[in-house]
Amino acid sequence: MARMKFICDSERCIECNGCVTACKNEHEVPWGVNRRRVVTLNDGIPGERSISVACMHCSDAPCMAVCPVNCFYRTDEGVVLHDKDVCIGCGYCSYACPFGAPQFPAAGTFGVRGKMDKCTFCAGGPEAHGSQAEFDKYGRNRLAEGKLPACAEMCSTKALIGGDGDVVADIFRNRVIKRGKGAEAWGWGTAYGSRQAGQPAGGKS
Amino acid sequence: MKRKLILAAAVVALAACTDKPQTLESGVRATAAGPDSAAFQGTGMPFAAPGWKPGDKVSWEQHLKTRTQNGQNDYTRVN
Repeated sequence: MARMKFICDSERCIECNGCVTACKNEHEVPWGVNRRRVVTLNDGIPGERSISVACMHCSDAPCMAVCPVNCFYRTDEGVVLHDKDVCIGCGYCSYACPFGAPQFPAAGTFGVRGKMDKCTFCAGGPEAHGSQAEFDKYGRNRLAEGKLPACAEMCSTKALIGGDGDVVADIFRNRVIKRGKGAEAWGWGTAYGSRQAGQPAGGKS
Repeated sequence: MKRKLILAAAVVALAACTDKPQTLESGVRATAAGPDSAAFQGTGMPFAAPGWKPGDKVSWEQHLKTRTQNGQNDYTRVN
């Protein structure tokens, strides 16, 4: 199977924040934590674009590289997950991530910074699939239910596409060919580029 | 007596100063891919999408591909 990937079509995103709402609702994400956000580029200037940003589950994830306690792991489907039992909430991943994905809830005693929280591609975490413990720590495990991420499935304009990398790329390519513009897939090269550090030249992304 | 009262008051006052336990409750064993079981194994809960068989990797992969095409590729529905 190809890797699971996200792609956001800036030609289609209307900044409705439906993806953000879907994510927060699906996983009961606490106040102050946004696993997904909509960012507007060149706001107020003609031709402005909006994109939906969350963890892109990078091929060569910088968060994994800098984590001092090795709490990150990658599933067979290429989803980058982390173990909250191991995370110490140091925040190194937050500095390393090019997408600003790692979030730190202030839910600990006296409001101290808690353990890192981020998009899981709706794939839960290391607890038993479908368990209450998994839901409490990581949210719903939709992948194990045979579903795709809630943000992508709820996107009203289908700007945000998530799923098997090959299928997602085909859908986007077809769109670009039909409309004849908007080939810029923001973040795709950063997250899945084939010439990233640590990967052999010409290696499969 | 006074000491006991102070102790009891301290216990009540500090009762909220506890963190949620953050230990791996299910005891899932580490696999080659990481400390997790594969997604195609399913959840065992009745919320799974129909059209695939939990535990069958091929059917799970095919199901997700079909779901992506049907749910997110509007060109297949419009054209």
